[in-house]
Amino acid sequence: MTMTTSAVFARAGGTIVIRGGRVLDPSTALDATQDVLIVDGAIRELGPALPAPDGASVIDATGKVVCPGFIDMHVHLREPGLEYKETVATGTRAAAAGGFTAVCCMANTSPVNDNRSITDYILAKARTEGAVRVYPIGAVTRGLEGKALAELAELAEAGCVAFSDDGKPVMNAALYRRAMEYTLPFGAPVVSHAEDLHLAEGGAMNEGVVSTELGLPAASAAAEDVMVARDILLAEFTGAHLHIAHISTAGAIRLVREARARGVHVTCEVTPHHLVLTDEQVRTYDPNVKMSPPLRTRRDTDALGEALADGTIDCIATDHAPHALSDKEGEFDRAAFGIVGLETAVPVLLDRLVRPGVLSLSTLVARLTTGPARLLNLPGGSLARGRPGDLSILDVDRELTIDPTRFLSRSRNTPFGGWSVTGGPWMTIVNGHVVWQAQ
Amino acid sequence: MAWTRKDLLTMRELDPGEIQLLVETAASLEEIATRDIKKVPALRGKTVVNLFYEASTRTRTSFEIAGKWLSADVINFSASGSSAGKGESFLDTAKTIGAMSPDVVVVRHSSAGAAALLARELTCSIVNAGDGAHEHPTQALLDLLTIREKKGHFDGLSVAIVGDVAHSRVARSNIHAMKKLGMTVTVAGPPTLIPPNVQELGVKVSYRLDDAIRDVDVIMMLRLQHERMAGGLIPSLREYSRYWGLTLDKLSAQARPDVLIMHPGPVNRGVELSPEVADGPYSVILDQVTKGVAVRMGVLFLLAGSRGGSPA
Repeated sequence: MTMTTSAVFARAGGTIVIRGGRVLDPSTALDATQDVLIVDGAIRELGPALPAPDGASVIDATGKVVCPGFIDMHVHLREPGLEYKETVATGTRAAAAGGFTAVCCMANTSPVNDNRSITDYILAKARTEGAVRVYPIGAVTRGLEGKALAELAELAEAGCVAFSDDGKPVMNAALYRRAMEYTLPFGAPVVSHAEDLHLAEGGAMNEGVVSTELGLPAASAAAEDVMVARDILLAEFTGAHLHIAHISTAGAIRLVREARARGVHVTCEVTPHHLVLTDEQVRTYDPNVKMSPPLRTRRDTDALGEALADGTIDCIATDHAPHALSDKEGEFDRAAFGIVGLETAVPVLLDRLVRPGVLSLSTLVARLTTGPARLLNLPGGSLARGRPGDLSILDVDRELTIDPTRFLSRSRNTPFGGWSVTGGPWMTIVNGHVVWQAQ
Repeated sequence: MAWTRKDLLTMRELDPGEIQLLVETAASLEEIATRDIKKVPALRGKTVVNLFYEASTRTRTSFEIAGKWLSADVINFSASGSSAGKGESFLDTAKTIGAMSPDVVVVRHSSAGAAALLARELTCSIVNAGDGAHEHPTQALLDLLTIREKKGHFDGLSVAIVGDVAHSRVARSNIHAMKKLGMTVTVAGPPTLIPPNVQELGVKVSYRLDDAIRDVDVIMMLRLQHERMAGGLIPSLREYSRYWGLTLDKLSAQARPDVLIMHPGPVNRGVELSPEVADGPYSVILDQVTKGVAVRMGVLFLLAGSRGGSPA
């Protein structure tokens, strides 16, 4: 259920005390049962038995895990232009229901977020209708056409926190080099959708024995690896901060690891679906397992899990890609790419990675908080004094069945429908206000 | 053994007993083609819809003949000249046809998985008549029926499948079926036309025609689609034909004297098969077409006919 009727940001910051939870803040290596006090929308104090100021709301979080608000640096809010799939209002409510207090929205709207007026529009929508914080990501090239640079300086000034043509790569290496150089002064990364379009042409799934059996046109892991290699070399050459979106192959992980070892400023993110699903799922021909990059093999998911644990992967991002049913039913090879992820990420990862011991809870929280906050220089992701009063409170024992018909997102395109999982968000607080709580 | 499935979608999902049942049933119906009056009442009152989204001569025609010889009402739907041409989605068209209560829908579509999609959405029986590069089970069955007639058995036979294996649904269905029946399968072609990791399906891979056809019992040549050159998969038809075209010279140098030459058709004469081979004594290409009608009768009968009865 949503507690948000109007934008959380239309009100002054809230004052609230969270009592008795296990407070887990990777930014300060804190893991202790105590209270959290937020005053006027900012973290004021952490400690045992804090007094509640006059007028403060008091939440009993006994038995729950209190974390800095989760940040998803890769979502598609679809507004402006594709409101039949998602809007700022519905997408940020889905985020709140998934435990996220901030999202970064990609530029492939219609029109594309390649100029200040679109960024302003998105931020205005977020202020008036948003349930969580919204940080736009600006296009690298005009119209995502890969031909000419967008007005990157003005996009940065307007509030874009990164630059990406996500959904497409910039195939022209010279242009991508110039984008990396031009954005150097802004302190914002270039985010690469790493896919060589020639190698990936026509591919609807991962190339391998499963695609051979299914007879579906397939894209090889090399389509990703080749582009990751190119972009790492360009980042090394220019000194830019390169961020690899939705990394999905063992080969790309190896490239990132090697590049970091020699000092290249490269970071990366992984999606929940690339961590827990493989191309075996495509055997159903269900378009809800079609995305770009495609689901890979067990060897890849193993490499991703290891890289997530050891820090090679900085953060988890959902690549929340809402599509209407009309875009996602019918023939697999003709269906749209992408799945929604905001409302399933935390439950799926708690159940499939944390419970079996593949990933510690504190590492999961770090990849959802300090990871994205640091690489994008965002104010959140920490419970240090003065930081935004954003919290994601988890109930790791809660048993739930994922029911897409109850999503707050406008779209339902998920492969996780019907999954029974243990653990999930319990309450989401933004700017000192409760924006969502579990029923 | 009785048939229990609602649909025939793939050879991969069938067990050897089911494949044998399909072949035996088809064999028992072959004789109808030799009758003066080619009509039995087995499917009287049943409706078969041929839903073809791709061009097809032999498959569609043979399903139509098969249905008619079994006394079913057969309706042919092709994507051009229908609502599909007006932008109606495949799923909507299929549901529309499903709402008219057919007993069997035979579907041909360029998308892999299209038949499985229909099987999920419609309550009637679905026959996959070819879905993208996935499967074409009735083609594999008619190939098996042809092989059985000529060789008398399956177990221990060796087969070479030659050409554009990567894009071939015929190859996939045959690989699954032949492996289940104890045959040895080698796929052969230039590496760009061999699908990745195909060895994991239990086949051998050869990149030389001479090696592939040496001493095998059956050579199955696949059609080379001309668009493969545009995709950069082969340099030219001329070069392909020189290295991968089956000629009488290559045959007599390497092949067994009792080898069978098969081809799912339509043949690119002079590309994958020289005319002398296509029309020569080893060729069973027209037998395959004849068996196609019997196989489709058998499939329609098992899916829509009275359970356990005899059709003829």
